[in-house]
Amino acid sequence: MAAIKVHGSIISTAAMRVFTCLNEKDLDFDFVPVDLQAGEHKKESFLSLNPFGQVPAFEDGDLKLFESRAITQYIAHAYADKGNQLIYKDHKKMAILSVWAEVEGQKFDPAALKLTFELAIKPLIGKATDHAVVEEYKAKLAKILDVYEARLAQSKYLAGDCFTLADLHHLPTINYLINTQVKELFTSRPRVSAWCSDILARPAWLKVVAMRK
Amino acid sequence: MVVKVYGPITAACPQRVLACLLEVGVDFELIPVDLESGEHKRPEFLLRQPFGQVPAIEDGDFKLFESRAIIRYYAAKHAESGPNLLGSTLEEQAQVDQWLEVEAHNFNEMVYAIVLQLLILPRMGQPTDKALVQNCTEKLAKVLDVYDRRLSTSPFLAGEWFSLADLSHLPGIRYLTEEAGLGNLIRERNHVNSWWITISSRLAWKKVMQLLN
Repeated sequence: MAAIKVHGSIISTAAMRVFTCLNEKDLDFDFVPVDLQAGEHKKESFLSLNPFGQVPAFEDGDLKLFESRAITQYIAHAYADKGNQLIYKDHKKMAILSVWAEVEGQKFDPAALKLTFELAIKPLIGKATDHAVVEEYKAKLAKILDVYEARLAQSKYLAGDCFTLADLHHLPTINYLINTQVKELFTSRPRVSAWCSDILARPAWLKVVAMRK
Repeated sequence: MVVKVYGPITAACPQRVLACLLEVGVDFELIPVDLESGEHKRPEFLLRQPFGQVPAIEDGDFKLFESRAIIRYYAAKHAESGPNLLGSTLEEQAQVDQWLEVEAHNFNEMVYAIVLQLLILPRMGQPTDKALVQNCTEKLAKVLDVYDRRLSTSPFLAGEWFSLADLSHLPGIRYLTEEAGLGNLIRERNHVNSWWITISSRLAWKKVMQLLN
């Protein structure tokens, strides 16, 4: 039994964010499935791990955490000497990483998750896609990706020349969306497209994709 | 060297940055940005903040945006010399990150929606979606119930000391209590109420309020 446990669902983008980070750091962990459709995440046993009733929840020995982006930060700092480097020690470089991690969390993900829910999740659970919502959020995501296109002209990855948490946090949602009708939002922007191809090919991410099969 | 903070004092995100700079003792110059005339969407401003939002900062040659990235940078930079807003150990830092993420995703999303409907749209001559306000208020109430349970076990969100996680909530709670008429959400929860009184009495926040009034 590994010291690190991740409680979540393999369809959850937030849980996948954490799995990817653990893989990048070559860390063993136990995946404890939480049955979202059965409402397991709203039951008392899970609420003791995440009082907001959301996946994932994380354990490393006695340490318990929730919020995927806090979990990945912890992993990247606690295991800085293992696996791939995902953060910077230099304050200023780390600040630029924080900027783009915030952009992902505050701008990209809210729009991208709405599209993911309509185009990828609803079909899985037998619900009808709301096309008005899709059009609205396609337009929002397009504007956001215009900024990404300009940013990626300045550096190979969002926070600079190295792959960091800022890029990693995007993986689960991008992976969903490039398999839907909004794929062209990514493929029509050359630098965004190259960046997506690059990060989606990382072994740590491919291991997460394999978990779903 | 004085840090230039671009944004109006009336907006939540610049307030978040100023509170942090005042806590760690960094001198700043506030450079107003006229949102009503659309100054933040003009090319000169977009060079500072490509999404056309406030705040942006300029510290000599160093430029940043996203208020939560800015506060992390200054808190880390001054962790040795000033109040420790980030935590001293990996575990403490993880708690701060966790509750910062909660603020950004569980709390802010609701507060922003309420402020948009009750304060911003009416100023633009547009109607308030009362059902949406009601829905967000109910969700926010449930989130604050979790906060109340958390704050019954420790005086601050991340533990025994004031951190960025508490600071990040100051502007949003001010909106709820002073402009949106939803102070009851805070007052009706004993531990949340005591916490709000404590954190809003801090000298740094009082100085932000003086700048506002």
